[in-house]
Amino acid sequence: MSSPSIETIGLTKHYNSFVALSDLNLRLDGSKCVGFLGPNGAGKTTTLKILTALIQPSAGTAMINGVDIMKDKKGALAQCGVLVETPEIYPSLKVGEALSMLAELKGVPRSLLKDEVYRVLSEVKMEEWIDSKAGKLSKGMKQRVNLAAALISDPIILILDEPSTGLDPRGMAEVRNVVKGLKKKNRLIFMSSHLLSEVTEICDEVAIIDRGRLVAYDTIENLTSTLMGKTKICEAVFSKEVGEEDVKKVNLIEGVTKVERAEPRRLLLELEGGEGVQEDVLAKIAALRVGLIGFKPHSSALEETYLRLVKGSG
Amino acid sequence: MIGTEGRPCRIPREVSQLKTVIKYELVNYLRTRRFYILLGITVALSGLLTAVVGHYRPQSFLSSPLAFYSNWWGMGATYILILSGIFFGGDAISGEFQNKTGYFIVVNPIKRSTIYAGKWFASFIASLAIFVTFALFTIANGMYYFWLEVPYQFGLSMVFSVLYLMAILGVTFLLSSVFKSSSVSILVTAILFIFAFSLIQTLVSNLAGMEPWFMLTYGAEIIGNVLKDPYPSHIVEIPIGPNLRFTVYNATIFEGVIIMGAYFVVCAILGLLIFERRDFA
Repeated sequence: MSSPSIETIGLTKHYNSFVALSDLNLRLDGSKCVGFLGPNGAGKTTTLKILTALIQPSAGTAMINGVDIMKDKKGALAQCGVLVETPEIYPSLKVGEALSMLAELKGVPRSLLKDEVYRVLSEVKMEEWIDSKAGKLSKGMKQRVNLAAALISDPIILILDEPSTGLDPRGMAEVRNVVKGLKKKNRLIFMSSHLLSEVTEICDEVAIIDRGRLVAYDTIENLTSTLMGKTKICEAVFSKEVGEEDVKKVNLIEGVTKVERAEPRRLLLELEGGEGVQEDVLAKIAALRVGLIGFKPHSSALEETYLRLVKGSG
Repeated sequence: MIGTEGRPCRIPREVSQLKTVIKYELVNYLRTRRFYILLGITVALSGLLTAVVGHYRPQSFLSSPLAFYSNWWGMGATYILILSGIFFGGDAISGEFQNKTGYFIVVNPIKRSTIYAGKWFASFIASLAIFVTFALFTIANGMYYFWLEVPYQFGLSMVFSVLYLMAILGVTFLLSSVFKSSSVSILVTAILFIFAFSLIQTLVSNLAGMEPWFMLTYGAEIIGNVLKDPYPSHIVEIPIGPNLRFTVYNATIFEGVIIMGAYFVVCAILGLLIFERRDFA
């Protein structure tokens, strides 16, 4: 099986005089999760809509697994699962029926239809709503069913446009966990989001777009280190409140340039140096025996990088 | 094609996908309130006709089998067809944009033409169900009064009615593809079929003295005319004063079939082309 790929070549979209996309060139391949970031109106949804044949480009080509979406939509989307915006499900159909329709359209064999519908609904914890009319579901529930719809036939490419939009915090966390779970499998996930923390948590790489142009595409690590230099912000989580004395001790550790208390049990550490410094700092904080239970890069690094890139692109 | 967990997953051919779209769209239509409202209107109209004809026994209805079917059919068939077209076709495509159901289905490995055709067939079958209900009431009453004397012209009229239904749905799907708002597409369809077409036809034929061969409602007159004996003359001039006369045109059966067929083909193709190119923006 060839590796999944998404490619845009010179993709351009005009809405009368407004340029939504301008000569977008992007190639994603392999099994990974790529976050698609950009301010409102940057062209994220326009790109995803072109990739899923919802709109036509003014110029350029969009390809999925090497198949031009405009020339062979059916072939291009054959191995794709898509969730763009917040689709409405035919209100008179039951959840199970709506998903069965998509499963049949995607060629799931009749003998596996029920199992497949149950499987995807289980992934989003909606299996008990299988016989409910779609029109009776709340917005959050509908979005989870829409995510289930994207998972039908186990696609090797997932295109998700702000999948946690409109969900309450619990729903957002659940969707985030579902997407993280999907990442473990062999597939390419291309996901737009406004939530940088979500992207940091889920994605391996990010593509940043502004005013219809791609301004950066790399791993989160490379992007942040390129723009932030050797400075890295990490978050340390403790099992108990960290006292002032302990904060001072952490500040004195070699490689730590700044310590900020985010919450009573959470510190933000600005580190100077590479992964070796991180390793040392982590070991030294642990040796202080102040209840360290977690240590991870803080999303503000991506946020800072993002803001610099977006501001700089104008 | 194999998914990531090795499930077999071959995308079906268009015909198979078409059947799937028809099946689920039909289920969706048959569960809507509008289907039951239309069914209620049809049953109520049929019930009213049954009661009135049964009670008053009008000679215009009971003089002959042909007169019965002509009068009964003329009371409702075309209205039921028009209402079905408006109810099931008016927002069939515009609803995909306005209600965002298009985002659920269009993003899948299926051609837009298959979705369009599937929705058209589902609307056609749902409309046919309503039409058949009215036809069954008509035949049941006809058999009550004239037993098995069902004139062959009634069969022709039913065939023409089905052709008219196809043409109506062709037009409604075209309008539904043009407008993104469901209410606007339903309103425009209703105005066109209930008022505008008839008005234009009257103005063109009676005042301008020109045959309205380009009007769908003109072609559809063969549904009623075929039940008249003899079939009305193609051109009838009615004097309404010393120097003034109205010209009334009656479509020949050939003309009627061509007009309705042309409306169906042209509108279906145009609607499909618009839907194929329309952005979900």
